Amino acid sequence: RRRREIENLILNDPDFQHEDLNFLSRSQRYEVAVKKSASMVKKMREFGIADPEEIVWFKKIHLVNFVEPVSLNYSMFIPTLLNQGTTAQQEKWLLSCKGLEIIGTYAQTEMGHGTHLRGLETTATYDPETQEFILNSPTVTSIKWWPGGLGKTSNHAIVLAQLITKGKCYGLHAFIVPIREIGTHKPLPGITVGDIGPKFGYDEMDNGYLKMDNYRIPRENMLMKYAQVKPDGTYVKPVSNKLTYGTMVFVRSFLVGEAARSLSKACTIAIRYSAVRHQSELKPGEPEPQILDFQTQQYKLFPLLATAYAFQFVGAYMKETYHRINEDIGQGDLSELPELHALAAGMKAFTSWTTNAAIEACRMACGGHGYSHCSGLPNIYVNFTPTCTFEGENTVMMLQTARFLMKSYDQVHSGKLMCGMVSYLNDLPSQRIQPQQVAVWPTVVDIDSPDSLTEAYKLRAARLVEIAAKNLQNEVIHRESKEVAWNLTSIDLVRASEAHCHYVVVKLFSEKLPKIQDKSIHTVLKNLCLLYCLYGVSQKAGDFLQGGIMTESQITQVNQRIKELLTVIRPDAVPLVDAFDFQDVTLGSVLGRYDGNVYENLFEWAKKSPLNKAEVHESYHKYLKPLQSKL
Amino acid sequence: MGSPVHRVSLGDTWSRQVHPDIECERNIQSFNVERLTNILDGGAENTALRRKVESIIHSDPKCSLKDNYFMTQNECYEAAVQRKFHIQTIAKCLGWSENSPELFYAYRAVSGEVALNIHSLFLKALRSLGSEEQIAKWAPLCNNVQIITTYAQTELGHGTYLQGLETEATYDAATQEFVIHSPTVTATKWWPGDLGRSATHALVQAQLICSGARQGMHAFIVPIRSLEDHTPLPGITVGDIGPKMGFDYTDHGFLRLDHVRIPRDNMLSRFTQVLPDGTYLKLGKLQINYLSMVITRVNLLWGEVLPILQKACVIAIRYSVIRRQSCLRPSDPEAKVLDHQTQQQKLFPQLATVYAFHFLTNNLLEFFHSSYDAILNRDFSILPELHALSAGIKAMVSDLCSWGTELCCKACGGHGYSKLSGLPSLVARVTAACTYEGDNTVLYLQMARFLEKNYLLAQASQDSTSQRSLPQSVAYLTAPDLARCPAQKAADFLHPQLYTTAWAHVAARLIKDSVHHLQTLMQSGADRYEAWNQTTVMHVQAAKAHCHYVSVKNFTEALDKLENEPAIQQVLKRLCDLYALHGILTNSGDFLHDGFLSGAQVDAVRTAYLDLLPVIRKDAILLTDAFDFTDQSLNSALGCYDGNVYERLFEWAQRSPTNTQGNPAYEKYLRPLLQSSRAKL
Repeated sequence: RRRREIENLILNDPDFQHEDLNFLSRSQRYEVAVKKSASMVKKMREFGIADPEEIVWFKKIHLVNFVEPVSLNYSMFIPTLLNQGTTAQQEKWLLSCKGLEIIGTYAQTEMGHGTHLRGLETTATYDPETQEFILNSPTVTSIKWWPGGLGKTSNHAIVLAQLITKGKCYGLHAFIVPIREIGTHKPLPGITVGDIGPKFGYDEMDNGYLKMDNYRIPRENMLMKYAQVKPDGTYVKPVSNKLTYGTMVFVRSFLVGEAARSLSKACTIAIRYSAVRHQSELKPGEPEPQILDFQTQQYKLFPLLATAYAFQFVGAYMKETYHRINEDIGQGDLSELPELHALAAGMKAFTSWTTNAAIEACRMACGGHGYSHCSGLPNIYVNFTPTCTFEGENTVMMLQTARFLMKSYDQVHSGKLMCGMVSYLNDLPSQRIQPQQVAVWPTVVDIDSPDSLTEAYKLRAARLVEIAAKNLQNEVIHRESKEVAWNLTSIDLVRASEAHCHYVVVKLFSEKLPKIQDKSIHTVLKNLCLLYCLYGVSQKAGDFLQGGIMTESQITQVNQRIKELLTVIRPDAVPLVDAFDFQDVTLGSVLGRYDGNVYENLFEWAKKSPLNKAEVHESYHKYLKPLQSKL
Repeated sequence: MGSPVHRVSLGDTWSRQVHPDIECERNIQSFNVERLTNILDGGAENTALRRKVESIIHSDPKCSLKDNYFMTQNECYEAAVQRKFHIQTIAKCLGWSENSPELFYAYRAVSGEVALNIHSLFLKALRSLGSEEQIAKWAPLCNNVQIITTYAQTELGHGTYLQGLETEATYDAATQEFVIHSPTVTATKWWPGDLGRSATHALVQAQLICSGARQGMHAFIVPIRSLEDHTPLPGITVGDIGPKMGFDYTDHGFLRLDHVRIPRDNMLSRFTQVLPDGTYLKLGKLQINYLSMVITRVNLLWGEVLPILQKACVIAIRYSVIRRQSCLRPSDPEAKVLDHQTQQQKLFPQLATVYAFHFLTNNLLEFFHSSYDAILNRDFSILPELHALSAGIKAMVSDLCSWGTELCCKACGGHGYSKLSGLPSLVARVTAACTYEGDNTVLYLQMARFLEKNYLLAQASQDSTSQRSLPQSVAYLTAPDLARCPAQKAADFLHPQLYTTAWAHVAARLIKDSVHHLQTLMQSGADRYEAWNQTTVMHVQAAKAHCHYVSVKNFTEALDKLENEPAIQQVLKRLCDLYALHGILTNSGDFLHDGFLSGAQVDAVRTAYLDLLPVIRKDAILLTDAFDFTDQSLNSALGCYDGNVYERLFEWAQRSPTNTQGNPAYEKYLRPLLQSSRAKL
């Protein structure tokens, strides 16, 4: 009821009308974003919304797809303060940043250094005489680069820097750094701060740079819940470092859900439009059919629809697992953390790579109109694609998963049994005491059974993990260092991780099916699940053939079955995307409108373009007319 | 070897020094980069000419692309018109004619980011579809830019399928005029470049109706804007279609025609004519209309699509020797990312692809020119093959260039996402090529129809004793085929003959399978159209494999011609090997499927492939230098020749309007917010 109340408040408020950002310049988009953030904060105060859950709800309705420059204040600045600040520090800072007297951001990435944290160059040198830290950006490459909200909006940043005290470097620590003067918003002396310029997407966000020259902050500005620097400069080590994993795992798990949402949106647009668009003729003399009736169009879109459903379930699983393990951690049980950490890294990479390509495929499936901003697809794409590189670059993520897989493989080799998602490594033929032939494997994969297909994916993962492990061992023998061997096997390692993640997705999708009570829904989802599994087999046929997991004639059957499934899914395609339940305003797409009135609205939309404001563009008088020599 | 003068021209103080990390990549040269540049340019004289043109263009600040990334759509368009204007003025001064290599190089220097690109397309269509009198009348008007033209085919509701277009041209014998009309909303012309704000005339594709009969698509020259004040003419509704993913500099437009009358002479009539009394005459096959599309496609690949992937490779590979990440050995500093195997795996196949496509499109262009005269003289025998090749290869090249450019963008991590890297604009631009000038899926299927026909011909000729020769590109369908690949070890896969045969085998099998499947469906009662639709996924796969085969074969043949350049031949041979083997590995299922390759052989392919990566690594920078793009045309903070990535990125960012124009949002919204909260606290 409270949610509805809030929803009504917003939907009836003229301040919250959504304008079409596509026609605005980048500065204008930033301004609109700040305006919305500001009005949102005011309304929250007005409506007395303070409960965190209500804030989330409020923001969700209010912002729709919105990128928000002050969001890092809530998503990074405050949580870091809560996690790493002492009680005294929290008391000092929290109130003013919740009330937005302080707008904070989180500055980690540097121009020359990203995923490899230890490489960061910014220094914080302790001066016991004044009891201050002196912050420096010693090189061009050490300039903080990319933090959201840093460019123009924030007046404080939590800065990650190498701590140096008593002449010794103690690694990365977090410091609260005031960067702009309260009241004038001007950069403080010693601070160079600005916007990093235009990007592919995220026009509304002022990703920024920050350079510090002998900039001094009080000792108390170092977040000291774990590590401490005493007034005399003595360094006190933190008890355990593992807990910082938590935020990363949380963010990555969250990104899996984001992938599902973005892909679902793209599918909704492409499938609805394909039902409205007519093209060519299947039979001479008949009217042009809906393009969704073309086999090639179905083959482009339905596997992506199945993927969207698969990722929805994976996203939900990641969230549940995170919360479950988080509780364990609260009780001091860290045993499942390594697997979750590895899984979150791999799944973030697997789902974001797949989704990135899939959004593009959806856009291209909409032909020329997909390229226009009216389709909404370019925006979905440009705002999603950085997911492949931020919060851990995808290849690096895959290699983290691989590290866990290799460790598990070694452990099984030395007689330990693995549990969780990697338990299949216990069954590797090479691990058995009695050498047994392939015959133990299910002789025939039943291509109509998701469970049997899950087994097939499991065998593929097991095989590729084993190949990578053996190649790695082989390189280790021949190379001067483990690191070199690791690099020379990294392509195999990424392949193994991908296969592992693919297996996990298939497994989670299949296991979801029996839990669905409604019979007709069960049937539809089973078809999608089969399509997801079989399409993957068809794409990676080489792996399944080479591993002897499937025969040539089975692959032929798989290809045939995929085409049958396309026909079976066709009547349900539009209801299946309707079920994602996106509002038109959330989709932001003329092509993906619920009512299907594409063309009339496309024409209306185009008329609003700034280029159409004057009948004759000024450049005609400036350049074209002089160009046209007199007739 | 120091950096050639023509490269370092941005004039920044720190750019006088080449970054040592990239300089050392150029210290040992296993081949002569300048010679390779000459080969890519088609001769040393072309290289010299190109550089001369580039220095002229780059010395004119009005042609600069420098501030492009900071501009609104309106500003981009205006800058593009301005650049066109200046280049045209320079051309006039120096006597560069339309279609001259000088103009081609001038456009290359500004990355084609000029207005009125379709103007030249109109001319090409005019030359191939217009009668001699029509060419004599309109071509000079175009050349002197007395009129500005565009080519209006695509409609709001209709794209690649030409027959579906709704715009009508009804002949009125009484006044000897055509009445051009858009009968529905979906008939609105949509997407033509230069139409939104610039063009005065459009070549409109419309259904010809004369004496009550529909005669299919024909091209009509329709005046749309006043030559006096540029306002739309009566009956014309014209405007810009709004913001797009890329191409901000082009005013793609819409056009509605309300019973607009044009003289009879405005129908292009080299191959068809309407006589004054309304009699319709055919002077050639209707498919001749496809000719201008073929021309467009071939030029598109050469002039637009390929340079984009070339640039993306230059940027990503240069950045990858400057960027360092993680340690490969515990004691070493962080390694160049290009030394990571996974980075090589991402970038080198793209580099190999772009070289493969260079030779492929070059060859296609030659094939086109050698057949062009025959076609104009109404010898159409070569047209089906030319049409199929242009369709299939356009699809493959745009698909893979698009994929590759995006991959290069992601391979540059976060900075690749900044527009200042140049990569987002390249991605946004190349990806459009997958759907314009014929949607790729439709094009693959056109290729598939050609393959089906020739497969059936090949079968027929094998049954009868009379050996009919197939077009050259499909001749392998009658060649003897091996059932098993003879390779014994990894090194065997480095023989061009061996992998070309492997690709021929897979293409032939997939073609055979798709045709047989089609026939089976038809024999079991499905009509041809239904059966075709039910096999299109297979046909697309067959067409892709065929195109891949053509590109591999073509690359190996291009290498053969380089026997006088052993060092260059050797380095390109590695790329050719990598291209072919990478293709086999990505499609290993197709090669394993009928046992042509065994599992052990696929492993051998992988070994051969992995061993190529470190060898190519040594030449990687040189191979990208050879494309010889100026820093100005790359317009990338990450990809400059001197490797001073970070300084440039920092300096460029500070030029952003978000930094130079104050922060109105603070005054308007943030300050009141901060103050109101303080009042409360």
